[in-house]
Amino acid sequence: MIQCDVLIIGAGGAGLVSAINAHKKGAKVVIVTKEYATRSQTCMAQGGINAAFGNAGDDSVEAHVQNTLKSAHGLANEEAVRFLCENAKEAVEWLDKLGVCFSRTKDAKIAQRTLGGASAPRACYAQDYTGLKILHTLYDVCLGLDIEILNERYLLDVCVDANGVSGANILNIRSGIQEQYQSKSVIIATGGYSRIYDKFSTNSTSTTGDGIASAIRAGAKVSDMEFVQFHPTALKNTAILISESARGAGGHLLNSKNERFVDELLPRDEVARAINDEISKGEDIFLDIRHLGEEFIDEELPQERKLAKFYENIDPVYDLIPIKPVAHYTMGGIVVDKNSMTNIKGLFAVGECANHRVHGANRLGGNSLLELIVFGKQAGENAAKYDRDVALSQEYKKEIKLESFHKKIEINFYEIKEKLGNSFYKNVGISRDKKGLQEVLSEVEEYISQLPKMGVEDDSQTYNTNLIEFLEFKNMLEIAKLILVGAMSRKESRGAHFRVDFPYEDGGLK
Amino acid sequence: MKIFIQRQTKVEYEVQMQNATLLEVLQKIKTTQDASLSFASGCRSSVCGSCAMRVNGREVLACSYKIQEDDFIEPLKNSLVIRDLVVNMDKAYEFNKKAKAWQNPFLSDVKPTQENEKINEIQSDCILCGSCYSACPVYEVNPEFLGPFSLTKVWRYVSDVRDNDEVSKIDALQKNGIWDCTLCNECTLVCPQDISSKADIEKLRSKSMMLGYTDPSFASFGSFGSFDGSPSF
Repeated sequence: MIQCDVLIIGAGGAGLVSAINAHKKGAKVVIVTKEYATRSQTCMAQGGINAAFGNAGDDSVEAHVQNTLKSAHGLANEEAVRFLCENAKEAVEWLDKLGVCFSRTKDAKIAQRTLGGASAPRACYAQDYTGLKILHTLYDVCLGLDIEILNERYLLDVCVDANGVSGANILNIRSGIQEQYQSKSVIIATGGYSRIYDKFSTNSTSTTGDGIASAIRAGAKVSDMEFVQFHPTALKNTAILISESARGAGGHLLNSKNERFVDELLPRDEVARAINDEISKGEDIFLDIRHLGEEFIDEELPQERKLAKFYENIDPVYDLIPIKPVAHYTMGGIVVDKNSMTNIKGLFAVGECANHRVHGANRLGGNSLLELIVFGKQAGENAAKYDRDVALSQEYKKEIKLESFHKKIEINFYEIKEKLGNSFYKNVGISRDKKGLQEVLSEVEEYISQLPKMGVEDDSQTYNTNLIEFLEFKNMLEIAKLILVGAMSRKESRGAHFRVDFPYEDGGLK
Repeated sequence: MKIFIQRQTKVEYEVQMQNATLLEVLQKIKTTQDASLSFASGCRSSVCGSCAMRVNGREVLACSYKIQEDDFIEPLKNSLVIRDLVVNMDKAYEFNKKAKAWQNPFLSDVKPTQENEKINEIQSDCILCGSCYSACPVYEVNPEFLGPFSLTKVWRYVSDVRDNDEVSKIDALQKNGIWDCTLCNECTLVCPQDISSKADIEKLRSKSMMLGYTDPSFASFGSFGSFDGSPSF
């Protein structure tokens, strides 16, 4: 059994920031991650992190607040949004002091650029490797502070007793042995659930919503699960992300007739929908950044050029980039209060898996990295302060029964996972209607009932990714159902949730 | 198309895929032919560093390598193989800690300029995939060598105007560090981010000499023999 004060599950930006801050408050912190810390989804964030410095044009915290509220379509909590935006400058300055290599202006200020839905150039960036550089710097800080990070550990369940959270059951992926962690508080920082859309997602294959599913099983509340953000510009063939900064810098969206059809700097929900409308008319859609010039592209968007060259076989300096919108960020998640705590005592959540109600129905580019830092600090400090007023629980669940490894497998769950992704993209994607949602719900229910016919073919105890992927798949099915139930009950259109059969916002449904 | 994967033995797989990345091929094999095949992956877009492995003796990211007929796939070198193409990177990553590869916690208020930022821009592009670590021949003779990515990372911090702890960082590199590198450049050749750890190590050597350190092999050579290499007893 491993004991600590604060157990953090997930080692992306949110987990690491929580860890650093909990450690600073004197807590013994242990982080577990199903990968390695530097491999998490945060490394894929490209565009930037918002803070109203006004380094590249007039800006104010109030403008940041208003832009965020507008994009959220009435679903955000204004107090939480204010907290986020008011703490943004301090958050970025902290990162700068830790050593993040932010791009700079000629007068040594942090460079800023405009992302969609922002009234000013507000996103601080490090070329188009912003997330990577932030994540790695945070990781280095954790090393310097000697914070324990245990790699390749998969969350099975969060343990709760009558006094609140008491730890977690974890599967050591390498050994195949279940481990029990006992802690005074637990922070879930496991990321979102966009991989339900399978090949129609920009996300890492690991973004499977494990933490959210475990939190639900432990009795935590979730909300806004139907709000899934589609990023307007992913590469057509591979769904690999091309940063919004390409549009922010003046990139155009063109249809097959070479016509522009939308203001590229609108929030993501509106741009994605405009692209989707064009595609349904039979158009191919392209991102055009040729006019920005080779020097600018190499300086500001080096990753985008590299990705387009390798994965789409075109050079954006000379060619149009074929794109399509795909699932990118999930606004819904574990409900937390203004201390980042869930309805379970001592259980905190932060990052994409949490719902602080700052993004509402549509997240602004540059606010997700910000969320990690601001709420990561809050969650870390509060989890460190949280002291179970009773002795640590000894009531652990016994070893959790995983799958039967030797059974005859009638249905290959990998095929089902792909089908689920296709159905979600088609019917639970950018535009939705009752019939489509109902169809997918029946499908999901059928898959759930077929689970006994699926299973794990690989019977090895050591590094059994077949088992892990099956456990992830089951979590995704659980979450898929919640998305559908949310989307069916929300009989209106709001932000990323667009119902063809109810194309207007319903004021009563906030 | 035939490919070969080093598992407990060398195993042949037949796949019908054209112009596919190695990662796509591995996923296809796992999901349709052999669920027991083990490999790590994440972002699919060459930025998370999970899927580094070796193809025909050279380190690549599986997600940014297009498969060819008869390719031979192996796990990274210099790390314990957990299973199939998965290696345990814990020891490798520990070298970052031994090398003190982080910014000094005594925070300074120095604001880097645009020029300052450019100095370590490329080093901070590192994705910790471990390709350089696997390609480094020094591990055959010194398993405690701090190694290419850790040393690149130290240079990234030492060269940063915000860091004010240069001396203790350089101190930490003298043993099993910069002088153990043979400057063979293998790390540079395999880096998916075009970083040259060899060049960074050379910069750290210069910085060390400026701080009064000398090349230990040169020092012992000087005291032990004459300049033409013949022993002088």
